[in-house]
Amino acid sequence: MKRSLPLLALALAFPLAMQALDQLFYVSFASRVLIYAIAATSLNLVLGYGGMISFGHAAFVGTGAYVGSILVAEGVTSAWIGWPAALAVSAALAAIIGAVSLRTRGVYFIMITLAFAQMMFYLVNSMKAYGGDEGLTLPQRAELGFGLDLGNEMVFYYVVLAILALTLYGLHRLIQSRFGRVVVAIRENEARVEAIGLPVYRYQLACFVIAGAVGGLAGALLASHGKYVNPNVLHWLQSGTLMIMVILGGVGHLWGGVIGAVALLSLEHLISDYPIPWLAQLAPNYQQHANLGVGIVLLAIVLFAPQGIAGLLGRRRRARA
Amino acid sequence: MLLEVQGLETAYGTSQVLFGLSLCVAEGEAVTLLGRNGMGKTTTVRSIMGLSRPRAGAITFRGRRIERERPDRIARAGIALVPEGRQIFPNLSVRENLVAFAENRSGRADPWTVEKVLEFFPRLAERAENMGNQLSGGEQQMLAIGRALVTNPYLLILDEATEGLAPLLREEIWKCLARLRAAGQTILVIDKYIERLVQLADRHTLIERGRVAWQGTSAELDADRNLWHRYLGV
Repeated sequence: MKRSLPLLALALAFPLAMQALDQLFYVSFASRVLIYAIAATSLNLVLGYGGMISFGHAAFVGTGAYVGSILVAEGVTSAWIGWPAALAVSAALAAIIGAVSLRTRGVYFIMITLAFAQMMFYLVNSMKAYGGDEGLTLPQRAELGFGLDLGNEMVFYYVVLAILALTLYGLHRLIQSRFGRVVVAIRENEARVEAIGLPVYRYQLACFVIAGAVGGLAGALLASHGKYVNPNVLHWLQSGTLMIMVILGGVGHLWGGVIGAVALLSLEHLISDYPIPWLAQLAPNYQQHANLGVGIVLLAIVLFAPQGIAGLLGRRRRARA
Repeated sequence: MLLEVQGLETAYGTSQVLFGLSLCVAEGEAVTLLGRNGMGKTTTVRSIMGLSRPRAGAITFRGRRIERERPDRIARAGIALVPEGRQIFPNLSVRENLVAFAENRSGRADPWTVEKVLEFFPRLAERAENMGNQLSGGEQQMLAIGRALVTNPYLLILDEATEGLAPLLREEIWKCLARLRAAGQTILVIDKYIERLVQLADRHTLIERGRVAWQGTSAELDADRNLWHRYLGV
């Protein structure tokens, strides 16, 4: 964790630098990246540490986004109510989905988590009172009080950064704890852990619920950030995006979700906003297909750095030492 | 009796392995299960641990029937298995392999703790922060035994305790088992080194094609070399 202090200093200085350069758009963009980093980190807990290939994480992010948004739309604007409510409802949903899904294994687990997420997607699509498939526009961001105006991009960024820092610290402590060791042991040899006498199902469910809860919090932040939410936040493509972030960043690495979110969203932004002249001449519409570039990078990572960018960086650091 | 197995019949699909096998282990005893490869030793252990469900027969542990229980419940009842092939967790350190499972299941006054296990196996203490996959075969076996001990079981079962180990390491494991035995730990052990087992254990069960072929004391087994030849190929 000590090694992360320079990164924290960089993250703290970033909005000040952008403000000085009059580039506040990048502060908002960075807030979005940090929110996705929280969501991807929560997925990394189940996917990377727990070895559970959940293809329905968007269900928790989306549920959190809708709970936070509905409360704001109904006049409950306090973040102290909205965000914990998003966290709690997503945790409850994760408990229900996990209780059923964790009775299956392998491809069935992947399919059942995907099916649950799609059910949630169609459920919010049918909620006409809250915008249905057109989504829900919020009059304002949630309110934090204490003189902190979340409508201010700088303040919002620092609040999200603080939540990400807490999430990473929490994950670090969780993985270092006995609970975390058992979760990793289950990933490595589930049958052995059961034979040693630990209730594998309960440990996995607890892990799934914690990840779902944090995903829900990320969802509430995401809705607050854009002052808008629509059903696409629960779509399976969203689950896929989070999974790509984790794979890109490093499955089972503390920083995997963060690195993945930064890499993926920055790459998408670079491809779509900064044209490469010779490529534009060759394929004029290439910027509309940013996912093609993302796909090539993902392919390279899977083939040449199966432990993701975090694994690659770790390997280089070890080689230098 | 601490463990009583009566008329155990276990099969894998249509292939029956155990045919009415019976054995018992009293508290504080060291008992062995001997036989050639494929005779049903590991299947017996798997059946006791709930890893293979028996078709018929009864397994009673501390007065409680366990043959239909889930493996984790059986383990929590106080039986710990050191499995064939060790099966330690390669991406956890030695200490983490122990910390994750430390629990006083038998309610001992002086329980095995992580520190006590590291004291018992000085080689493990030296490598406490090394990952499981960085250990030698002997160290992995010590870790597997240590991991079983930190659960503070009433009964410790070792399947192929010294298989594939270099002679010096094998000797070290035998010494550890002798110390555990002297400390009053109840042990059921499967191994091929009959000379050492005769020294370690009180009683022996020879099995042949899933049936008990012979049961007796160490003195009786030691005296009858015909048994060694007939059932163990020694």
